[in-house]
Amino acid sequence: MNLTLKVWRQKNANNPGHFETYQARDVIEDMSFLEMLDVVNEDLIAQGQEPIAFDSDCREGICGTCSLVINGIPHGGHKGTTVCQLHMRRFHDGQTITVEPWRARAFPILRDLVCDRTAFDKIIQAGGFVSVNTGGTPDANALPVPKTDADLAMDAAACIGCGACVATCKNASAMLFVAAKVSQLALLPQGKPERERRALNMVRAMDEAGFGACTVTGACEAVCPKEVSLSFIARLNREFGRALLKGEPKKSSGGAG
Amino acid sequence: MKLDAQIPSGPIAQKWDRYKFESKLVNPANKRKFDIIVVGSGLAGASAAASLGELGYQVKCFCFQDSPRRAHSIAAQGGINAAKNYQNDGDSVYRLFYDTIKGGDFRAREANVYRLAQVSVNIIDQCVAQGVPFAREYGGLLANRSFGGAQVSRTFYARGQTGQQLLLGAYQALCRQISAGAVKMFPRTEMLDVVVVDGAAKGIVARDLVSGEISLHAADAVVLATGGYGNVFFLSTNAKGCNVTATWRAYKKGAAFANPCYTQIHPTCIPVSGEHQSKLTLMSESLRNDGRVWVPKKKGDQRAPQDIPEGERDYYLERKYPSFGNLAPRDISSRAAKEACDDGRGVGPGGLGVYLDFADSIKRVGEDKIRERYGNLFDMYEKITGANAYRTPMRIYPAVHYAMGGTWVDYNLMSSVPGLFVLGEANFSDHGANRLGASALMQGLADGYFVAPYTIGHYLASTKPAKVATSHAEFKKAEADVTARLKRLLSINGQRTVTSLHRELGKLLWEKCGMARNAAGLKEALKRIPELREEFWKNARVPGENQSLNQALEYAGRVADFMEFAELLCTDALHRNESCGGHFRTEYQTPDGEAQRDDQNFAYVAAWEYQGDGKPPLLNKEPLVYEEVHMSTRSYK
Repeated sequence: MNLTLKVWRQKNANNPGHFETYQARDVIEDMSFLEMLDVVNEDLIAQGQEPIAFDSDCREGICGTCSLVINGIPHGGHKGTTVCQLHMRRFHDGQTITVEPWRARAFPILRDLVCDRTAFDKIIQAGGFVSVNTGGTPDANALPVPKTDADLAMDAAACIGCGACVATCKNASAMLFVAAKVSQLALLPQGKPERERRALNMVRAMDEAGFGACTVTGACEAVCPKEVSLSFIARLNREFGRALLKGEPKKSSGGAG
Repeated sequence: MKLDAQIPSGPIAQKWDRYKFESKLVNPANKRKFDIIVVGSGLAGASAAASLGELGYQVKCFCFQDSPRRAHSIAAQGGINAAKNYQNDGDSVYRLFYDTIKGGDFRAREANVYRLAQVSVNIIDQCVAQGVPFAREYGGLLANRSFGGAQVSRTFYARGQTGQQLLLGAYQALCRQISAGAVKMFPRTEMLDVVVVDGAAKGIVARDLVSGEISLHAADAVVLATGGYGNVFFLSTNAKGCNVTATWRAYKKGAAFANPCYTQIHPTCIPVSGEHQSKLTLMSESLRNDGRVWVPKKKGDQRAPQDIPEGERDYYLERKYPSFGNLAPRDISSRAAKEACDDGRGVGPGGLGVYLDFADSIKRVGEDKIRERYGNLFDMYEKITGANAYRTPMRIYPAVHYAMGGTWVDYNLMSSVPGLFVLGEANFSDHGANRLGASALMQGLADGYFVAPYTIGHYLASTKPAKVATSHAEFKKAEADVTARLKRLLSINGQRTVTSLHRELGKLLWEKCGMARNAAGLKEALKRIPELREEFWKNARVPGENQSLNQALEYAGRVADFMEFAELLCTDALHRNESCGGHFRTEYQTPDGEAQRDDQNFAYVAAWEYQGDGKPPLLNKEPLVYEEVHMSTRSYK
């Protein structure tokens, strides 16, 4: 099939960007979307032009690196699919496809379709962990965990940190991302000792990074490639409220407690 | 070069304890005086950086990805082995040790493997304490599954995303140290050289992938945890960014490279669909617990799988290896698939595929149970191929997956350059000629959490390394070399894209040095690789500039290193006149087509030493002495 691509090009964080139009010819339906872009880039290089910069790594939907908005929808709008696993059989001959980067104040664009998501790392650094050092931990089976809790924690932990939730949200809120980590660790007994300060610190870090507020429209859940449930946001709100009621913990640094 | 593996004396079960007692310690208040660089943030790198930070060292951690959470460990699906014997099925540290040595076709170092099996139990404790949501039974205790090459259930898992959950656990531990100020993280920063001063590793040269800026970093010890070199084959299950650059540059600075010919071809991957293919996707080996592998008995049978009656199917793994059946180790399963396809009985386009059929299991335990176990894998299969594997068998084919070979390290995980430690897939140490399923995660975390923190402390305390500043001439020289090379890449301005050259190199290796190799083919490859390398440096086109985010330039640098490394890979494969594990030389096989080892002549680690560009590398041999395990013919029949 032959396609027309309108791709966002931007030299660096300081330059304004613009759309460029490219023709993708002889696209095979077994190609992934990124393989189609690879072919376009090969042509651009052959013509002496600079290839389109986009992020990808594992290309099997788990590393969370790829981050394209396709026709206005992060990852292209197919349920539970990252853009690296989106195959061209989902498109048809003659179609015009718009390709943009994640757009959010907290994710500045570095070049073309590549953005900076270190704000997510900062949120995890603020408390998205259990404060245990290496060694000296009890036997793994010392503490039974109900299977339902472990399974639900795993549902939350499936988040790949891609940022599609932020990219699709009208407020560029990172609530689903934060909710997933807070919920995973609050559901497990190992995470309980720090649950209050974790919720408070991670929400504070989220606000400081410039993410917007959540109005629970559910757009995030709809585009999440790992189908992380909106109900985790309810759980985060509950965790956060609970932590507020219990008051600020005596020691609130995210570091070694 | 004198290779001393530094194996502690005494009975195997006491070596590690003895080492820990006899090793020198760094006083807690003195640890902050030592700087340690960790390159790579996968399971080995993140766990090492976090653990070293917790101990009080000043750590800098580098990764080329935009976040340490994206390292390719994240893609491991099936699980992690540990000798917990929670299933009461006869497992033990000794059995895991034995299985790993045997699985590695008696080409791994006993003492390292025993230590790996010992600390495996600590890993699971550590990960559970971090909040890793492993699969559990209704009673609340941890669940296990069995994996290829083992007859016990010792594999812990988190659905089909075990690598992701373990990596996020290590990443979170790393994040905690970053926020505590113990680790300084450098994402989107690629190491381009190791700096060696007076024979010891003293730092690195790195490039900021956003600004193009070159920076110099000095340290008392350098840790490389940079993964494997599978992408030398162009198509592999590795992530697009995986590369050999760090260990290759270390090789050129004196760190011997061991057993590069031991490459693992994973039996269950989604077959190639065309020339555009950019990578291959693995379907977890755990699928072989419930899937049966078969091909039609008749050559060129074009019928749909459901139209082929039971009697006309060849369940070749069950037939050839009745006691392990579909759970035969990876090298054996891959070769068996190749044989079936070479015999003209492969299925799908080009005849390069075999069936992995779940119909019997679905009949036995129900579709829901299969969905619960492998739902995400079936979904992934459907996304890529458009086929529903609940209704029709999956079509799979082997693909390059893992590198057993890597930088030579001693028992301390230190390379032949003092102060340069190499962990995880990047080293050669624990898997011999073939790795068993669910053992890569185990090794990465063992090295990072439980081995390197001890051995690096011992190095620092016993050698009291001299401080070197980045103003030292060696740093300046390394910086100049790196800058010159980047300039050279950008100035080739030829006609071919780097991808096309990489693809050509990969095809050559897959054909001549893939699942089966022979002397004639390897010699052809060794003739062709230098020509291709020359073409690369004359005719590649690398667009853009150095002072900005330039993915084409990053890629070109990695491919340039693959072009050199490929020659060492084939040199090693040609010199090893035997078949063992992932290295199958067609000249050396038993009458029934199994690998034929030559313990008389090849029971050694081949550690190659760089002699200068254009000169053949020097072969150093570390003899493999088996005190515990009797070297037998590996049989899974």
